[in-house]
Amino acid sequence: MMMQTVQSPVVRILDVHKSFGSNEVLKGIDIEVTAGEVVTILGPSGSGKSTLLRCINMLEEIDSGAVFVDGEQMGFDLRDGRLHRLPDSVVRRQRRKIGMVFQHFALYPHMTALENVLEAPVGIHGRNRKEAREEALALLARIGLADKANFYPRQLSGGQQQRVAIARALAIRPRLILFDEPTSALDPELVGEVLETMRGLADEGLTMIVVTHEISFAREAADRVIFMDGGVVVEEGPPDRVLNDPRNPRTRQFLNRVI
Amino acid sequence: MAAFANTLGSPSVEGGDSAAGEHDVARAHRPLPVWRIVAWVVLAYICIQAILIVARNPNFGWDVVGEYLFHPNILQGLTVTLGLSVVAMFLGVLFGLLVAVMRMSPDRLLSGFAAGFLWFFRGVPLLVQLIFWYNMSTLFPEFQIAVPFGGPVLAAWETNTIISPLTAAIFGLALHEAAYMAEIIRGGLLSVDRGQVEASQAFGMSRGRALRRIILPQAMRSIVPPTGNQFISMVKATSLVSVIAMSDLLYSVQAIYNRNFEVISLLLVAVTWYLLIVSLLNVGQGFIERHYGRSERGPVGGKADAEEAAQ
Repeated sequence: MMMQTVQSPVVRILDVHKSFGSNEVLKGIDIEVTAGEVVTILGPSGSGKSTLLRCINMLEEIDSGAVFVDGEQMGFDLRDGRLHRLPDSVVRRQRRKIGMVFQHFALYPHMTALENVLEAPVGIHGRNRKEAREEALALLARIGLADKANFYPRQLSGGQQQRVAIARALAIRPRLILFDEPTSALDPELVGEVLETMRGLADEGLTMIVVTHEISFAREAADRVIFMDGGVVVEEGPPDRVLNDPRNPRTRQFLNRVI
Repeated sequence: MAAFANTLGSPSVEGGDSAAGEHDVARAHRPLPVWRIVAWVVLAYICIQAILIVARNPNFGWDVVGEYLFHPNILQGLTVTLGLSVVAMFLGVLFGLLVAVMRMSPDRLLSGFAAGFLWFFRGVPLLVQLIFWYNMSTLFPEFQIAVPFGGPVLAAWETNTIISPLTAAIFGLALHEAAYMAEIIRGGLLSVDRGQVEASQAFGMSRGRALRRIILPQAMRSIVPPTGNQFISMVKATSLVSVIAMSDLLYSVQAIYNRNFEVISLLLVAVTWYLLIVSLLNVGQGFIERHYGRSERGPVGGKADAEEAAQ
């Protein structure tokens, strides 16, 4: 376990609201995530948890409130008492600190596993190709796929694809990784290997926000569990407390259904 | 994996013969495909007869075809046809890509402009467009670059010095092609999974880079086949430029048969060259398709890796 000396918040979400048309999906969310913390967001479908995750790296634009990553407000800049929208180029720079793992992997199908991992560090962050390549091969070895470096995504199993996607997110040396239901699209027997990889990252002190239905991951790897329902945070706390002794009736009802 | 194979398959593996015995479908008797053989014989006979009839008919004048196939004027026309096709196609694809991206822009003005471009250049017959470009000087005798809103004129040319038959042909063919290519490219871009755009956005990739590195290579699989069609159409559409006095392949052929009246033989010369070009284009298209389909086949490592991947 890496020691975190300064417990500064990596993510600060302040009173975030988001609607799709007349449907308000997020109704005032406040969350803080400190460096090295692993936060799991649980909740029934439609509770707004994926939308919240996508608001952090601005894949969705929020209607009101504010999101800070690493002390910088995402997408906006306060100058002389006025809030200015940042140009796209600066937003892109802000996003480059954040890794993301998608439900349906979203690997680039026309690139091999190695090329997938290399694309962002070399093409976007402008790192030296030779060094990045060695680092990428080391990452693939770490997730147990060193021998699959030259395989195309289509030739890998779902679990292997998702592990490559995790390596791709790690390759940018992120301050934070967002996981959007990383095991929901997998066959049951492939879920284990992906959770195993994620547990390894959690142990190394990476800051992670994980939207998932895997109660076991929340129990074993998370520092904190946030339960969302109907666009609000219903309950949060350490996994032992929230999962074993839920105080809110809606949390209790949800846990009864999934366990 | 190994354990699984042992429990299910051990008797057959050790015995060397299938447990299914005489019912093993691998030893099934294949019936003689009588009707297929009959069809083959009939078709082969028809083909051979057709070739012989055409080859032996003196009215086709094959000796004249052989005489003129490599005639300097014909080869000259062939270069014009080829050059015009390649340049017009290249500009058409480039401009078509631009129009396709504009058409997909959320900005109303950009997408509206692109829609107007498509409406006009797909709607007006190519022949008419060529004649318009050729006669541009009667519409706009002078072409000038000036500071907008009544400012001084920086440079001016007579339109006739810019619009030669060649430039008129290139403009006409390229803009017409761009309109068709724009829709083909837009269709290809739309066929790429939405998640790919999001993944590139989430990693902070610029739009241009995402288009070039992520979206276009995937769209190419559905863009290449119709583009092959367009290229073949283009090679033949260049024959229209003979109306604006461009001496392409067909024009050169016509010039010769207007003198010696060997119409059929000389048209066969043109047909031979057109078919040859199209054959080469087909081969090229095959290579390009294989290139963009490589992620569908084996891994870079070779066959051994592919078998491992299948497990």
